[in-house]
Amino acid sequence: MSDNLTLPAQQSPAGASAEPLLTVEGLTKHFPIYGGFPIKRKVGAVQAVDKVDLTVGAGESVGLVGESGCGKSTTGRLITRLLEPTGGKITYAGHDITHASRRELAPIRSEIQMIFQDPYSSLNPRQTVGTIIRSPMEVNGIEPAGGREKRVRELLELVGLNPEHYNRFPHEFSGGQRQRIGVARALALQPKLIVADEPVSALDVSIQAQVVNLLQKVQQEMGIAFLFIAHDLAVVRHFSQRVAVMYLGKVVEVGDRDSIYNRPRHPYTHALLSAVPEVAVDDEPEDRERIRLAGDVPSPIMPPSGCRFRTRCWKAQDKCATEEPPLVRLSDSREGHLTACHFPEEPTTEARDEDIVLDPGLKALEDENAGTD
Amino acid sequence: MLQFLIRRLIGAVVIMFLIGAFTFFLFYTIPQDFAALSCGKNCSPENLAVIRENLGLDKPITTQFWEFMTGIVTGRDFPQGHCSAPCLGVSFDSGNFVWDSIVDRFPLTLSLTVGGLVIFLVVGLGSGMLAAWKRGTVVDKIVSGASIVLSSFQIYLLGPIALGIFVYSSGLLDNPKYYPFTENPATWALGLLIPWAVMATIFTAQYTRMSRSTMIEQLQEEHVRTARAKGMSRSYVFFRYAWRGSLIPIVTIIGMDLSALLAGAVVTEFTFDLPGLGRLAVDSSINKDLPLTMGVMLFGAFFILLLNIVVDLAYAYIDPRVRLS
Amino acid sequence: MTTLTKTEGATAPTGPEPFLSVRDLRVRFSTEDGIVKAVDGLSFDVERGKTLGIVGESGSGKSVTNLTILGLHNPKTSTVEGEIVLDGQELVTAGEKEMEKLRGNKVAMIFQDPLTALSPYYTVGRQIAEPYMKHTGASKKEARARAIEMLTKVGIPQPKTRVDDYPHQFSGGMRQRAMIAMALVCDPDLLIADEPTTALDVTVQAQILDLLKELQQEVGSAIVFITHDLGVISDMADDLLVMYSGRAVERGSVREVLRAPRHPYTWGLLSSMPRLGGDTAQALNPIPGSPPSLLNPPSGCAFHPRCAFTAEAGGDRCATDRPALADGRAAACHLTADQKQRIFIDTIQPRLR
Repeated sequence: MSDNLTLPAQQSPAGASAEPLLTVEGLTKHFPIYGGFPIKRKVGAVQAVDKVDLTVGAGESVGLVGESGCGKSTTGRLITRLLEPTGGKITYAGHDITHASRRELAPIRSEIQMIFQDPYSSLNPRQTVGTIIRSPMEVNGIEPAGGREKRVRELLELVGLNPEHYNRFPHEFSGGQRQRIGVARALALQPKLIVADEPVSALDVSIQAQVVNLLQKVQQEMGIAFLFIAHDLAVVRHFSQRVAVMYLGKVVEVGDRDSIYNRPRHPYTHALLSAVPEVAVDDEPEDRERIRLAGDVPSPIMPPSGCRFRTRCWKAQDKCATEEPPLVRLSDSREGHLTACHFPEEPTTEARDEDIVLDPGLKALEDENAGTD
Repeated sequence: MLQFLIRRLIGAVVIMFLIGAFTFFLFYTIPQDFAALSCGKNCSPENLAVIRENLGLDKPITTQFWEFMTGIVTGRDFPQGHCSAPCLGVSFDSGNFVWDSIVDRFPLTLSLTVGGLVIFLVVGLGSGMLAAWKRGTVVDKIVSGASIVLSSFQIYLLGPIALGIFVYSSGLLDNPKYYPFTENPATWALGLLIPWAVMATIFTAQYTRMSRSTMIEQLQEEHVRTARAKGMSRSYVFFRYAWRGSLIPIVTIIGMDLSALLAGAVVTEFTFDLPGLGRLAVDSSINKDLPLTMGVMLFGAFFILLLNIVVDLAYAYIDPRVRLS
Repeated sequence: MTTLTKTEGATAPTGPEPFLSVRDLRVRFSTEDGIVKAVDGLSFDVERGKTLGIVGESGSGKSVTNLTILGLHNPKTSTVEGEIVLDGQELVTAGEKEMEKLRGNKVAMIFQDPLTALSPYYTVGRQIAEPYMKHTGASKKEARARAIEMLTKVGIPQPKTRVDDYPHQFSGGMRQRAMIAMALVCDPDLLIADEPTTALDVTVQAQILDLLKELQQEVGSAIVFITHDLGVISDMADDLLVMYSGRAVERGSVREVLRAPRHPYTWGLLSSMPRLGGDTAQALNPIPGSPPSLLNPPSGCAFHPRCAFTAEAGGDRCATDRPALADGRAAACHLTADQKQRIFIDTIQPRLR
C-alpha cells in the first residue's frame, strides 16, 4: 500500500501556485529537564515539537488540531518566535527567521500577530482598550493616515465593538468582547499572518460563534493568513481550508479539509474524528465508525519509538516500533494529503462491521452488558 | 528522598561555613585591638604580647579563621586546656570556652521556646480553627478582633504589666527565674509561667489569623466539596481534608519562629531579666568578643538550617505531591 | 404529578413515579453587589434509570441547581425555596444528618475537574473506600477490596497497585475514572455529573462517556448530566432541559429538543455551533449579545434582548410578560405553536445543514 509514494508537497513548491507565506521545516522544540545527584544536570527533554513540517500560503487558513500535549500551542509560539526553536527552519516570506534577533525580526514582527486563548489574562487590566490597541502601532512606529486614535476607532468598529468605548478598561467587557479586543490589537498592524491559539475555547457556545465569524470575516475580507490552533475538530473544520493533525509533537496527517475529515488515512485521525460527539439534528441514522482508544496520551518526555501513536494503535506491528513512518502522500490520497503511517486505514469514516474498542474496562462492560441484554 | 536529604545537609554545611567566614572577616574590619580589650586598663606591653599570643591574635587572619573552623570539627588546645569538639574557641572577655557558655545558657532559651511554642500553637491554631468553623458568627468576630488587638501589643509592654500584676502587687508568683527541668518540673514551669504567657499572647494572634484564613481558604477547595458530596460529616471534612491542606503555610511559619526563638529571644530575655542565649549574643557583640559572637551566630544558624530541613521533611509528609518531585 | 412525556419507548400507561422531582426551585445568593437569582423557578423530573441532560451556558444556573439537590450550597449566603423530592423524601427541609446519609450513598456526584476535585493528600483507594465504609459500615479491609473492585470496573490497569497511588500519579482520564469509581462505590440511585468530561481530551471523553453509559446500565442509576456541549448531551441523555438565566426555557426528550427545537435560544445554540457533518460554506449564526447578568436579569422573557423573533411574538409582550414553561414537552416562549414550527422549518432548519 505504501509503495507508491510521491514527495511531500511542501518540499516541491513547483506544484503550489506561489511561494508559501510561511514554511516550517523540521521544526523542533525540546524543553530540557534538570535533575540528578549530586549536581543537577540535564537528564532528559520534553519533546514538545519534533521535526514538524508545515506551510501556510498567503491568505490561507490552516488548522492545527490535536489533544493536550501534542505540541500545537508550542508550534504556534515557535512560529511567532515567542519561543526559541531547538532545531529546524522557519521561513517567512523568503526570510529565514528561525533564530532571528529582535532587531532582525523587527520589520517582520508586525506582519505576524498572535491571538491567545484567555482573553482575561492577555489584556493588561490597567490599560484602556484604546491604549492596548494603540500600543503595537507605537512600538513599531506606525503612523496611519488620520492618526492612531482614528485607526483604533476603526478597528473597534471592525471587530464589532462600540468605538466610543475607547476609554474603557478590559474588566468592563464580557469574555467575548475581550476576545474581540484581542483581535483588534492583532489587526492594528495590518498583519499578513495571524497565529490564533485556541481563540474561542474559553468562550460560551453562543459567543464562540460570534468570534469565529469575526475571524472568518477578517480572514476572507482582509486576506490574512491564519494558523488556527484548536482542539475542537468541528471549529477547525469550519474555519480551515487545510488541516494538520498533531500527536505527541509530530504532524501525523495533513491535507485539505475534505481529505482530513472525510478521507482520513491515519488511524489517529480516525480515532479523533470518531470520538467527537455530534448533535443528531435529523433522523438519519448515524453512520460513523466507532473507535475507542485506551488510556491517555503518553508522556512527551519518553515518547514511544518509531511511530509515536503505535502504543494506542490497533494496527501496530513490529515495524511501527522500529521505523518512524515518513509524512508522505499515499497512493490513493489527493495532492497535498500526507500521512505518516506504515499501515494506513481506508479513506472513509463510515461505520465498520465491528467497532474498535481498545479500552479493556469499557470492552469488558460492553461484553457483559451485551450478554445480559 | 535520601538524595534530597544529603543534598540539603551538604548545602547546610556550606552555608554554615559562609556565615562563619562572613562574621569573622566582618569583625576584623572593626578598628579595634582585641588583645587590648581583653587586657583592660593599665595594661603593660608584655601582658599585651602574652595575651595576643594566647588568643592567637599574632597569626595571620586567614590562619586564625582556619584554626577556628577546624577547631569546630577536631577540637583545639589552649593554654587553659584542651577544648574538645565542637570547639568554638575561647572568649576574649571571660577566657572561658565559648561552647561551655552556650551550653550554660541554652537550657533557658530552649525552655522559653518550647513552653511558649506549645501554648501559642495550641491556643493559636485552636482559636483560628474555631473562628473558621464558626465563620461569620459572633465567635468568629470576637476571635478575629481579639487577635488583631493582641498582635499589636509588644513584649516590653505586656511583660512589665504582667510582672506588676502577678509579682509586685499580688505576689502570686515570684520573679521569673530558670530552674532546671530535670530537678523539678513544677518549679521549672512556675518560674517561666509569666514569660511564656506574655510570649504566647503575642505569638498566638499571628497563628490565630493564619490558621483561620488558611482554613477558610481550604474549606473552599473543590476536593473539600467532593468529600462533603461523598457524605462525610462536616467535622470529618474539616479535620481530615481542610486541616491537612492548611498545615503547609502554618508549618512554614512555625519553622521560622522556632529557629528565631532558639537563636535567642532577645526582647523576652531582657524584659524578664533572664540570662539566655539572646542576652549572651547581645553582650558578646557589645564587648566585641569575637569568638563568643561567632559561636552564638553559628549556633543560631545551625538551628535555622536544621529547622529548614525539618520543615521540608514536614512538607513531604503533609503533601504527597512534594515527595516525588 | 407530571412526568416528561415520551414520544418513544414503551413506558407504562400510568407513567412511573419520578425518582427525583424538583418543583419551583429558587436559589438566591446575597453578594456585595446585591441578590443573585441563580435559579428562579425551576421544575423538572428524573425517572429511575434515565438520564436527564441539563444544558446551558455559564451563569445559567445549571451547576447551582445540582449543588442544591445535594444541599452543598452555602446556607449562610443562599436561600433555597421550592421542593426537591427524592424518592419520596423532601430534601430542601431535610436536616444535615439526613443529607449526609444520602450523599455518596443514594445520590453521588461527579465534578468537572478531577485534579482539583480529588484530595491531593490521600490515596485514591482511601478516597474511594471512605464513603463505602461510612454508608455500609464495612471494615477497612472490605472497603479496600471494594475500592480495587471499583477501579477494575472503571478500567484502571493494575488496580491492586494503583489503589495506593495518589491522584497526581494518575493521568487526567484515569483521575476521572477514579472519580467515577468513587461516585459509584455505593451503587447510587442518582448520579449527578457536572461537566464530567469538559476538562478531558476528546478521545478520553469518548471513553469516559461510553463507560458511564455502560455503568449506568449495570447499576441502574438515574443520571443528571450537566454540560454546555450539545454533542455530549445528544450522546448521553434521554430527556433534555435547556436552561437560560436561572430558568428552564425548553424541555422534552433529547430527540424532540434537538431535532425540532421550539425555543429561540435553543435555535440559537444549535445554529451557532459548527458540526462535523455541517456545510462549511454555511456561516455560523451566533446569538447576538451576551448572557444576562443574574444580578439584574432582563424583564419579561430573559432572552428577549437577544431574540430575533420578539416582533412576531407580539412586540413588547416579550419585554413585559414572562412566558411560563408548561408541563411535558414545552418551550417557554410567547410564539404560538404554528409560528414556532414555521420559523423552525423556514429559517432555522436550513442553517443546520
